[in-house]
Amino acid sequence: MTAPTPTGITGTTQDSGHGEGEIVKDSNILSLRGLTKRYGDAVALNNVNLDIRRGEYLTFLGPSGSGKTTTLNLIAGFIEPTEGSMLLENKPLEKLQAHERNLGVVFQHYALFPHMTVRANVEYPLKQRKMSKSDRKKAVDKALEVVRLEGYEDRYPRQLSGGQQQRVALARAVVYTPPILLMDEPLGALDKKLREWLQLELRRIHRELGSTFIYVTHDQEEALVLSDRIAVFNEGEIEQIGTPRELYDAPVALFVGRFIGESSIFKGIYADGKVKAADYELQVEGSISTDRAAVLIRPENMQISHPGGGDFTESAVNRIAGEIQDMVYLGPARRYSVITPLGEAIVRVPERVAAAAQIGDKVLVGWDPADAVLLVDTEPAEQVK
Amino acid sequence: MNESKSSTRIVLSIFAVITSIWLVAPMFAVVPISFAENASFQFPPQGFSTRWYESFFSDPSWLRALGNSALIGLLAAIVAVPLGTIAALAISRSTSRLANVAQMLMLTPMIVPVIIAGAGVYTFFLQTDLVGTIFGFVFVHVCLALPLVMIAVNASLAGYDRSLELAAASLGANPLRTFFTVTVPLIAPGVAAGSVFAFVTSFDEVIVSQFMVSPALQTLPIVMYSSVTRSTDPTIAAVATLILVSVLIGFCFYRFVVVPLSQRRGAKA
Repeated sequence: MTAPTPTGITGTTQDSGHGEGEIVKDSNILSLRGLTKRYGDAVALNNVNLDIRRGEYLTFLGPSGSGKTTTLNLIAGFIEPTEGSMLLENKPLEKLQAHERNLGVVFQHYALFPHMTVRANVEYPLKQRKMSKSDRKKAVDKALEVVRLEGYEDRYPRQLSGGQQQRVALARAVVYTPPILLMDEPLGALDKKLREWLQLELRRIHRELGSTFIYVTHDQEEALVLSDRIAVFNEGEIEQIGTPRELYDAPVALFVGRFIGESSIFKGIYADGKVKAADYELQVEGSISTDRAAVLIRPENMQISHPGGGDFTESAVNRIAGEIQDMVYLGPARRYSVITPLGEAIVRVPERVAAAAQIGDKVLVGWDPADAVLLVDTEPAEQVK
Repeated sequence: MNESKSSTRIVLSIFAVITSIWLVAPMFAVVPISFAENASFQFPPQGFSTRWYESFFSDPSWLRALGNSALIGLLAAIVAVPLGTIAALAISRSTSRLANVAQMLMLTPMIVPVIIAGAGVYTFFLQTDLVGTIFGFVFVHVCLALPLVMIAVNASLAGYDRSLELAAASLGANPLRTFFTVTVPLIAPGVAAGSVFAFVTSFDEVIVSQFMVSPALQTLPIVMYSSVTRSTDPTIAAVATLILVSVLIGFCFYRFVVVPLSQRRGAKA
């Protein structure tokens, strides 16, 4: 299928958490081993290995059909793996039915019981656990307090807004303090403003509860905002797992570099520690095992200069001529799109140092080889851009 | 512009009123006849009396027929509703192609002319000695009622979100508890409608019942039918009026008590 890529790298990363660096997240709560799901000949998930750490906010990020929701549904017990195993606290999970797993699940479309009030919805899992009436009331009140929905106990779901409904669903999924909370694009059905506010709410709730969150999304910005670590899914496999910063600064696969953040990507032939592309010979750091190379540079690492090259720092030894095609003011910065013989270069320059370059100007773009990432070009050769 | 709109509305309203009268009036024609003084179906009737009601309540053959019909209708509904509900659920969740075939097969009693079904049932029941038995009636009426139950339950399944069951499972409810705490309350309106359809189908079934009756076991529609074909007895008008009134009471109860209640509870009615 795809080029062999390392899957399930647990790596040695430093978790900063969300401002609570003193929490040591060393032990794994859930481990996936060789997890595979096939539907007939179609492979939905291929040999996924992953260790999920206690208390972390882990996001499964990827386009639709990449296997992220399949993985979540396998953990929840909604579908059965074709091969592989799952260990929750070192005990096999796949033998348990969904209702025996004691995990919390939040669905994209809330899945609140329409015939029950908010209180009855949140109380439902406690009733299944035969909790006493007074304990139930205490737990429900506490959960509604966490999601800031006190006073809505007697409403029915249809009397609430989408954001309120999703917070009820969240309260219902955490009221029995499951060790892991699984969320499948929970903000996908909400508008942008509400989504951004609820992202901050989710971070706060994660901090307050201290439990492990596994979160599925196709929105890379959301993943960057929320996650301690992100697992990037592509075609049923995990391409890379790491902190948002690792994925942004050091993608190990071209797919990851493209999917997270913006970048200029120049493709060429790798030989003798250099990449030949069009008439240019690009200096690179590191090495790759094939000759098909892609050089990835983030917009803030790309420099722009008038044709003389006088605006570059000394280390920006790779320099390409181009023409400014577009320019956008972003408030604190300016974003240039420069057409070069190697493809589009994207440059982000702080507004206060921005050159007075205009659309149509002939310019040079340049970068320090240390700021670029050398990757194997795994994409079909025809694809230009 | 506005004028033409309002004139359209007036014409449409008149049309609607005429159509309603056209549809409903024949039913209510039996009401005055049931209070006639003479044994005739003359309209408008002459005089006023309640003797045809007295005749109904004092004639054991009418009352026995009413009792039989009520019993058979109830039994038919009791059997058809769970079967039809389970069938509708099973078919709606099956991914097999056979599910469509099963659906078609179960709806055939609605498509096949009832007189053909009746003739078929008759030859079969003659050989098995089921003609003129309560069991035979219930058996046949269940077949006729099943498609109606299925259609009613299917309608309430159309707005039913399967992820609610996954949610219930994730919250710790086993499949049986999920069924009774989530599935049943949400499809209850469809099941209730199906129960009414099943009972009514059995209660007013004439055609197949014609083949099934014996002198010992008569149902109300059969007695009504033979009464109107054999003699000029306005008792049938009294019976019809009684049925009409009970249907109206039932409908009003559903419309003004059940629906507002289920809406207040937030369930999809």
